[in-house]
Amino acid sequence: MSDTPVLKLADLPKAQGFALSEEERHEIEHALGHYPDGRAASIDALKAVQKHRGWVPDEAIPEIAKAIGISAADLEGVATFYSLIFRRPVGRHVIKVCDSISCHLTGYEELRDELVKQLGVQYGQTTPDNRYTLLPICCLGACDRGATMMIDDDLHGPVEPADVKAILESYK
Amino acid sequence: MAKIHVDGNTYEVNGADNLLQACLSLGLDIPYFCWHPALDSVGACRQCAVKQYKDADDKNGRLVMSCMTPASDNTYISIADDEAKEFRETIVSLLMTNHPHDCPVCEEGGHCHLQDMTVMTGHHSRDYRFTKRTHQNQYLGPFIGHEMNRCISCYRCVRYYRDYAGGKDLGVFGSAANVYFGRETEGVLESEFSGNLTEVCPTGVFTDKTHSERYTRKWDMQFAPAICTGCAVGCNISPGERYGEVRRIENRYHSELNGYFLCDRGRFGYGHANLKNRPTHALVREGDSFVTKHRGEGVNLGAQLLKSGKTVIGIGSPRASLEANHALRSLVGAGNFYSGASAQDASLTALCLKVLREGPVPAATIKRIDQADAVLVLGEDTLGTAARVALALRQAARGKLQTMSTEKKVPDWQAASAADIAQHELNPLFIATPMATKLDEIAAATLRADADGLAALGNAVAHALDASAPAVSADADTAALAQRIADTLKAAKKPLIVSGTGCGSAAVIEAAANVAYALAKLNAETAISLAVPEANSLGLAMFGAPDLDAALARLNGQEAVVLVLENDLSRRASASALDAAFAQSTVIAIDHQQTATTATAALVLPAASFAEGDGTWVNFEGRAQRSFQTYDPAYYDRHVATQESWRWIAQLRTALGQPAWSKLDEVIADAEAAIPALKGIAQAAPNAEFRIDGAKLARAPQRQSGRTAARANIFVHEPKATQDPDSPLAFSMEGINSTHAVERPAALIPFAWSPGWNSPSAWNKFQAEVGGAMKGGDSGVHLFRHNGAAPYFPLRAAGQDGLRLLPLHQHFGSEELSAKAAPIQERTAQAYVAINVADAQRLGIEHQSQTRVEFGDYSLSLPAKVRVDLPAGSVGLPAGLAGIPPLVAGAAVRLGKGG
Repeated sequence: MSDTPVLKLADLPKAQGFALSEEERHEIEHALGHYPDGRAASIDALKAVQKHRGWVPDEAIPEIAKAIGISAADLEGVATFYSLIFRRPVGRHVIKVCDSISCHLTGYEELRDELVKQLGVQYGQTTPDNRYTLLPICCLGACDRGATMMIDDDLHGPVEPADVKAILESYK
Repeated sequence: MAKIHVDGNTYEVNGADNLLQACLSLGLDIPYFCWHPALDSVGACRQCAVKQYKDADDKNGRLVMSCMTPASDNTYISIADDEAKEFRETIVSLLMTNHPHDCPVCEEGGHCHLQDMTVMTGHHSRDYRFTKRTHQNQYLGPFIGHEMNRCISCYRCVRYYRDYAGGKDLGVFGSAANVYFGRETEGVLESEFSGNLTEVCPTGVFTDKTHSERYTRKWDMQFAPAICTGCAVGCNISPGERYGEVRRIENRYHSELNGYFLCDRGRFGYGHANLKNRPTHALVREGDSFVTKHRGEGVNLGAQLLKSGKTVIGIGSPRASLEANHALRSLVGAGNFYSGASAQDASLTALCLKVLREGPVPAATIKRIDQADAVLVLGEDTLGTAARVALALRQAARGKLQTMSTEKKVPDWQAASAADIAQHELNPLFIATPMATKLDEIAAATLRADADGLAALGNAVAHALDASAPAVSADADTAALAQRIADTLKAAKKPLIVSGTGCGSAAVIEAAANVAYALAKLNAETAISLAVPEANSLGLAMFGAPDLDAALARLNGQEAVVLVLENDLSRRASASALDAAFAQSTVIAIDHQQTATTATAALVLPAASFAEGDGTWVNFEGRAQRSFQTYDPAYYDRHVATQESWRWIAQLRTALGQPAWSKLDEVIADAEAAIPALKGIAQAAPNAEFRIDGAKLARAPQRQSGRTAARANIFVHEPKATQDPDSPLAFSMEGINSTHAVERPAALIPFAWSPGWNSPSAWNKFQAEVGGAMKGGDSGVHLFRHNGAAPYFPLRAAGQDGLRLLPLHQHFGSEELSAKAAPIQERTAQAYVAINVADAQRLGIEHQSQTRVEFGDYSLSLPAKVRVDLPAGSVGLPAGLAGIPPLVAGAAVRLGKGG
């Protein structure tokens, strides 16, 4: 994929002296109560941290792992498996564009090109004002509404390239 | 048994196997990656596809993964089917999409399962023309090199490291085409069994870093069937040599012992054999320094010294072969031979021997430990003293998975399904030790106590199992735990008791024996495993010779000539005791290492290392195993005087006009005749006359290159390969190398190779059933069998109060020889003193503060580790580490603040 920027590990921000907040800790403990096995709470725990910070920094992994009682390597496996656990900082709004086959047939490429043009960033990048992050997603389960995209938790579709500007504007 | 039909031929196979295992056992080749005999099937790589047919008339068939399909009766399959072949070729081409094709610079090349499988599938040319994904590699410590670009994502590494070995710090990250196997952040791999990754990985992602700097292809090395001397388990190893150096250690499969896996001490601790400061010539003391002499001069001087001594005694060694010890004993006479083990080590080892030889319970092999369904560990941290046992205990706990999947009628080779069924369920493992162990995390219950407390628990368990066992008064908690352990052991099908000399207490060993004896009355399947201090401790105990302390008492500062065999006495007795005893002694030291003892000798004769000589070793279950010489050091430097200790002694005898042996088999026969307990050691391996088709067996692969040029830098004349009078093995590639001609005795397989199989997977070809016993039977011979019945050991009086010494055996650093290897040193902790928290508070000692430790003649200053898990009164010192003198368990200690 020529439009995916190369990830440079050295460029990632480092969170020094990471500590879970009281709220995060509370939410992780709440999630733990739902399962007999701490490992099952991995995703909930990662999501709790992501909810408060927007993403999950590397330094958070050992702390979260300790909180749910599994090894850091084990949790890192989960945290890198799911593309919606963000491991780099994202903008205030995350745009997920469906690039699966139904949307390919119903105008995905035009939609993507319009987003790239409007935002001036490629997939995996965040606008300089930190407002939007643009990501592909493999299916939003809304094939009847292609071409689709999701911004934060809102599904949009069908989206014509002409609609893009107005939709983006509604996310401050 | 089941009948299966493969490509029109009918075979009898084990119906409980999967098709891949069954076909490999038949000698049929099916390529595979994710399957491993010790890790079973997950069906991840899709490489082992075959065509399966409904019945004899079905002409269409369907592709199935052979590792995921049972070898049930009347199965019709085709391996040669065109569609199956094409499918397999496609799979390997997909797996290789991102593979860098860096075989010429890859250290896996030449013993690479991926190379073998690629050739086997006929995948000759590459279609993928695009950019390959690349990864950053990690630093994983001194043992393992990491090159992730070579990965084919078979998942064997994490399945071994996490599921099998219980490691926590190796993971798999990412998804789909971007999967990464490594640590969460780079750093030393923590498992003591990490080295097996180099053999489990089918390609060059994880390679032996200790081999890297002085690298040689497998086909260019010379190997021998050898025995690891890192502890008394006696794992079978294949040391690989080139240009007179040990380059690496590979696992040598033994179904009853190491199976496919070694510990890191055994695999990476070989560096002592390559040390530049080893004695290689006879060294004669002149004043304060040594003068180098030829072999003959050394022998003549040695003979003169022996002749001059009114008293001549011999001190043997538990780290020397039976042959070397026997040779010494016969030179000096049985009345003048001492075992060379400390009084404590010798008496505890003798006790273990008594339990195993006279008791009603058989000594467990590693395989038997794997199969145990309930275990009591009493006093022993096996990771420090017999590490392969610790790995086996993990399999014992994991055995619950097999029971549960069998109950659900899921074949136990269905690894992922079985793991899902078992979840976190484990077979019960009770661990009662002075200090926390790494296995505690899988224990059903743990107990921390000193030797008295451990013995009390053991005896309470024995009494709960059999009222005729001695009754012990125990507190309510101990009594309740003892009852629980007794009930659990009673309910088990294959119960196991583990103990040993590690915590230095006869009472603990006797209590463990009492449990085993009581249990054996209820269950004939009961087994016991006792760790002993060193590689040949049990063999030496069978000599019945007095110990080192007796030798020192005999010497007592009198004039004497003392021949010390492969023994650094400074590790076994205090400096003051040695100085006093040896005040008027003349020492002849035969050793392959420079030690404190060789430094004080009048004459040093250079002995063969484990890789330079043959010898027989008796492991912790009483199995005699022959370790064969890998290479002749004199081939590269004919001035080198190094030879087996027994040869030095034979030459001394000749110089003294006594009859002497000229071949190993003669020493063995003589040892059997002289020491009845050793009867049978000749059967440990075929004798030197053994031949296949009239030929010797080659130590090096047929493709070994440059044999005739190996010495060209030394002299243009090419000598013939060294002749070996002691074994049926031939140096170099000259000799039989076939896996097919006959069933080759397992004791004579120097390395795993079979046509088309260059990697360790070649062991398939030597096994009667893949993952099972070797075709020619597993090697070694048991020197004794357990007995019908033995009386219980009576209770001992409690030990003395006050602060007492507890040796803590470390996986890295406690064993003398491996501790000399640089990569092991990198993993060895700094010396410290472990103190119970209450004792520390009472004495005002802070965690990590410099602390004065005094015992015997010694006064040490060590950083304190204040621990809650150490029983009050116990003072732990890491045995054998630099700065730690010889330790006597239970000796009185004084602690004080400050350096």
